[in-house]
Amino acid sequence: MYVAVKGGERAIANAHRLLADRRRGARDQAELEVGQIEEQLRLAVDRVMSEASLYDPELAALAIKQASGDIIEAVFLLRAYRTTLPRLAVSEPLDTGAMRIERRISAAYKDIPGGQILGPTYDYTHRLLDFMLLAEGEAPPPERAERALEACPPLLELLDAEGLIERETDNGCEPADITRDPPDYPVDRATRLQMLARGDEGYLLALGYSTQRGYGRNHPFAGEIRLGHVEVEIFVEEWGEAVCVGEIALSECQMINQFGGSRDAAPQFTRGYGLAFGHSERKAMAMALVDRALRAEELGEEVQGPAQQAEFVLAHADSVEASGFVSHLKLPHYVDFQSELELLRRLRREHDRRECDMGPDAQPEDSL
Amino acid sequence: MNGYNFAYLDEQTKRMIRRALLKAVAIPGYQVPFGGREMPMPYGWGTGGMQLTASILGAGDVLKVIDQGADDTTNAVSIRAFFERVAGVETTTATGTANVIQTRHRIPEAPLAPDQILVFQVPIPEPLRFIEPSEQETRLMHALEEYGVMQVKLYEDIARYGHIATTYAYPVKVDGRYVMDPSPIPKFDNPKLHQSDALMLFGAGREKRLYAIPPYTRVESLDFEDHPFEIQRWDESCALCGSRESFLDEVITDDAGGRMFVCSDTDYCLTRRGELA
Repeated sequence: MYVAVKGGERAIANAHRLLADRRRGARDQAELEVGQIEEQLRLAVDRVMSEASLYDPELAALAIKQASGDIIEAVFLLRAYRTTLPRLAVSEPLDTGAMRIERRISAAYKDIPGGQILGPTYDYTHRLLDFMLLAEGEAPPPERAERALEACPPLLELLDAEGLIERETDNGCEPADITRDPPDYPVDRATRLQMLARGDEGYLLALGYSTQRGYGRNHPFAGEIRLGHVEVEIFVEEWGEAVCVGEIALSECQMINQFGGSRDAAPQFTRGYGLAFGHSERKAMAMALVDRALRAEELGEEVQGPAQQAEFVLAHADSVEASGFVSHLKLPHYVDFQSELELLRRLRREHDRRECDMGPDAQPEDSL
Repeated sequence: MNGYNFAYLDEQTKRMIRRALLKAVAIPGYQVPFGGREMPMPYGWGTGGMQLTASILGAGDVLKVIDQGADDTTNAVSIRAFFERVAGVETTTATGTANVIQTRHRIPEAPLAPDQILVFQVPIPEPLRFIEPSEQETRLMHALEEYGVMQVKLYEDIARYGHIATTYAYPVKVDGRYVMDPSPIPKFDNPKLHQSDALMLFGAGREKRLYAIPPYTRVESLDFEDHPFEIQRWDESCALCGSRESFLDEVITDDAGGRMFVCSDTDYCLTRRGELA
């Protein structure tokens, strides 16, 4: 006799207990500390903060630990926490030009005011497994420059002074808030940039790559990539001025793309923009490529590639939404499946009947 | 529960959702955009329905949660446990004693009463989505009442299979105006939407849309004069309660083709068995 599948509650509780055990792993290994993740898996922490839209390295590290290193799950955990937080204030626009630079490069000019500063980068490392890391050994401390860095003016401002690149101006509009307002397509650039900033890195990387391979090609130059700390300021009414409430690490990418222009307007380079929390250079670059691709319509270009289709790109960029909807296929669909079974059996019965009545070569009767 | 507001969402968010719900009730079948929040469950697992339930739930309400018609499917258990934890409301499996029922994929077999609210979980709220993927386009089509493509799609089914091949999420027209996706309920349940005594609310969390069918609203399943809408029927009856009127789930009992049919609505089935005993 069939017994309905009962005991869901106990099964769920036991599954979660087993999960906690697997997360801990073999007990002869020391348990991973959140502080270790925060300090030693920094790039994972930065990615989780970026895609969760919450700057909190400790909680991002906790999420990574809790998710057993599943980055998408960690993003989800942090996002679900973020949504419960009260909004106490809105910061002033960040001034990335005043960034305390840790890394800053340009692929457009050989030498730039302030210099090319490599900073901590995996670029130029030979991707050879370093077996020394298997053994315990302390890394030597870094070389320190004897004098402070020179000022690093935003590079695109130099082109701007000559009129060679389109000027980015503040149009004074209050930007929409994608965490509060539902998307209403078509969305403006400020909204698009917000959606890209929390978009999945792998997804943006693939889309950005597709533009380089010809699906909406618009040759980019990495005008400037900078990484470092920026002060966050909040305007305090009572004091009548903005005060710094702390610093956050950011990666910013300004792409220089091929020109727009017309008979009336002199040709100018155009821009793509990328910004991400922490050291997330790949994300910032991919974002800048996709941002520029999504400006196709605005710049009068033909929309040819997937990366140029705003609704397609933006509606599928969020890993929390995407992984939720894909994983929901694991939920029971007995009822819908039963409905399909019933129809399929009926269609097959009718098909067999026709074959019997008319022979295999007969055309199906006109069922209209 | 410590640290969280009653029913998880903060009051401003609940008010925002209730305002959107009022608009939805005022324009039956119209998809109202709302500022959907992240929930601590994955998108696609009922976050839209949960936000609606959270917004309308009061301390004195009695909540029932079903998935596939059953109270004991894992996700129904999980959502019920969530509201027990964050709202502390009484829960039940009895359809008759609940005043808020959150459901995925079914409408209970027992007729609903005027003081009950049915909250549907909706994956894709746009009935035209699989004909026209762009949201910009479909909103325009709704505005212009441009629904010919939907009839054409159903007609193509008939031309190809001899039947309309949509068996669930079967499109309906609400109050003679908006074509609406009733969520992936089997078309078996569509007639229960028509002139219902209960208020029906639909929430799509990922897509950030909600809509409603107020009580006593005309709801027609799309069809043709010569191919009228019809619901599923079974040759079998429920192996447990003997019902011939309910939606039946097929259960495979062995690896030799053995199968049986049982009611998908577990409360309906249990109640009938109690009456028969």
